[in-house]
Amino acid sequence: MTPVIAARGLTKTFGDLTAVDGIDFEVPAGESFGLLGPNGAGKSTTMRMVGAVSSRTAGDLRVLGLDPDAHGPEIRSQLGVVPQEDNLDPELKVRENLIVYGRYFGIPKAVCAKRADELLAFAQLEDKARNKVDDLSGGMKRRLTIARALINEPRILMLDEPTTGLDPQARHVLWDRLFRLKERGTTLVLTTHYMDEAEQLCDRLVVVDHGRIMAEGSPSQLIRQYASREVAELRFGSDRNADAAARLEGLAERIEVLPDRVLLYTDDGEALLERVTDLGLHPTTSLVRRSSLEDVFLRLTGRSLIE
Amino acid sequence: MTTTTAPAPVRRGGGVRALYAGNARAILMRSLTATKSSNWAVVLSGFFEPVFYLVAMGYGLGSFVGDLTLPTGETVSYAAFIAPGLLAVSAMNGAVYDSTWNVFFKLHFGKLYQAQLTTSIGPLDVALGEISYALLRGGVYALGFLTVMQVMGLNLAWSAVAAVPAVLLVAFGFASVGMAVTSYLKTFQQMDWVTFVMLPMFLFSATFYPLSVYPEPIQWLIKAMPLWHGVELVRGLTLGVLDPSMYVHVAYYVVMVVVGLTFTTTRLRALFLD
Ligand SMILES: Nc1ncnc2c1ncn2[C@@H]1O[C@H](COP(=O)(O)OP(=O)(O)OP(=O)(O)O)[C@@H](O)[C@H]1O
Ligand SMILES: [Mg+2]
Repeated sequence: MTPVIAARGLTKTFGDLTAVDGIDFEVPAGESFGLLGPNGAGKSTTMRMVGAVSSRTAGDLRVLGLDPDAHGPEIRSQLGVVPQEDNLDPELKVRENLIVYGRYFGIPKAVCAKRADELLAFAQLEDKARNKVDDLSGGMKRRLTIARALINEPRILMLDEPTTGLDPQARHVLWDRLFRLKERGTTLVLTTHYMDEAEQLCDRLVVVDHGRIMAEGSPSQLIRQYASREVAELRFGSDRNADAAARLEGLAERIEVLPDRVLLYTDDGEALLERVTDLGLHPTTSLVRRSSLEDVFLRLTGRSLIE
Repeated sequence: MTTTTAPAPVRRGGGVRALYAGNARAILMRSLTATKSSNWAVVLSGFFEPVFYLVAMGYGLGSFVGDLTLPTGETVSYAAFIAPGLLAVSAMNGAVYDSTWNVFFKLHFGKLYQAQLTTSIGPLDVALGEISYALLRGGVYALGFLTVMQVMGLNLAWSAVAAVPAVLLVAFGFASVGMAVTSYLKTFQQMDWVTFVMLPMFLFSATFYPLSVYPEPIQWLIKAMPLWHGVELVRGLTLGVLDPSMYVHVAYYVVMVVVGLTFTTTRLRALFLD
């Protein structure tokens, strides 16, 4: 089966800056695909090229089998886009935002109106239908933007940091909704800074940094490949972490020194903690946890995800 | 599967399919929906402004000026002479207001066009939709003003009916060029240039007196300006002075429309689809 998105050597430059540096990836239909990377990695730029609102500088890109440069309107008619920053229409009321947006796709007004009501329920904004957009809270605007992206029943839903600014409950509701869309066969492409979100939602993801793909795989594959089974997190106080880390050398497969803590990668965290105590070191706090995507990320980019 | 070497550079292609989805209607409908909650005083003032001018100048000043003799030898009242000029000017003002200030705001402060262009809408749809809105408003004003002229007995010939499409063409031309120019402007200060060009055009383009009062070089300059063509076209129709030079006036506006749409579309694409 042909993938719904296929990029080869996809590149975007802004003057001297190479924002996306020759990346290759494919997304088969129905998959939930994630782009993970620190600020400025090139995630949004990639999303915009796939969304046919930004032309590529070089390389090849097919979305639903078409070239976005030549078939922008045709491709965009099958996409739902949630941009990183909301761009709702402040001159229109909440419900009008949905209907008018649907009209942009050439969908008949009656159909738009029916879907708008369903989507208002989906976004839990029924009682705000007649409010102005500016009266909504940040999280409500986000939910409206996501609802709006579904008005054309898209084959591919592109979500650029969909849950940034949402409260935990709203995030879980949204994950649930995205899961249901996925079950109905919608392809999801999303960027996120939240590891739990990536682990929950993505079948497969790529870690991007400086416009390049650093690694690719399912969340569990990536953790197996780039991190040990467990991590011990030790805190010695901010000015003593580096000294302590020097004395811990050789104790773990890998040691990562962060400003506030030292991370020790190992297969058996408890055993390691004992050896730390044997060395006469007494961290103020210590904890052992399973490795996560956060650790994969730290290893690959040298940065934590949320800066 | 990480990076490939030396990817092929890409040329921008696509033609009309990349620019136009045939759905300018949706853009127009959006503007109409937004107008519902807008300031009706502003909308109505666009209608009354030329009416006030007509009363003040046509009847006030007209009682001093008396009647005018046209090049064809006919004599008409001063009010009947300036009314079609004011009609063309109101079409220009309505079109320019909507295609400059409104568009400038949407380009730089709202993210409207950006949002519209993430749908199947293309830049030509946006340009046509926004311009149609300016046109619709200009058209309503024109119809109202023509009605006032009819009531006052200032439409001297049956051909005045054709002034409606003529005024729409004038508005279309100004709106297209207005939107094109605006899409290249970056600051509010630059927007003042628009006023700087429009005001002298309004005062000197044979709106209030015949072009023959000027020395010849100035006449040529004014004839190069768009408003004069609009004034002449509409005046010929309401006074019933029809002659082949009208084709030139029409052609002038058709060129404005084509040039304006081309630049607007290109610029919108560069701004939002790059
Ligand atoms: N229109 C533009 N003009 C110039 N530079 C740009 C433009 N858009 C993005 N960039 C640059 O390209 C790089 C990648 O930006 P991009 O927005 O894709 O990052 P990102 O991965 O989405 O980051 P974040 O997590 O902060 O959203 C950055 O260095 C950014 O400054
Ligand atoms: Mg981004």
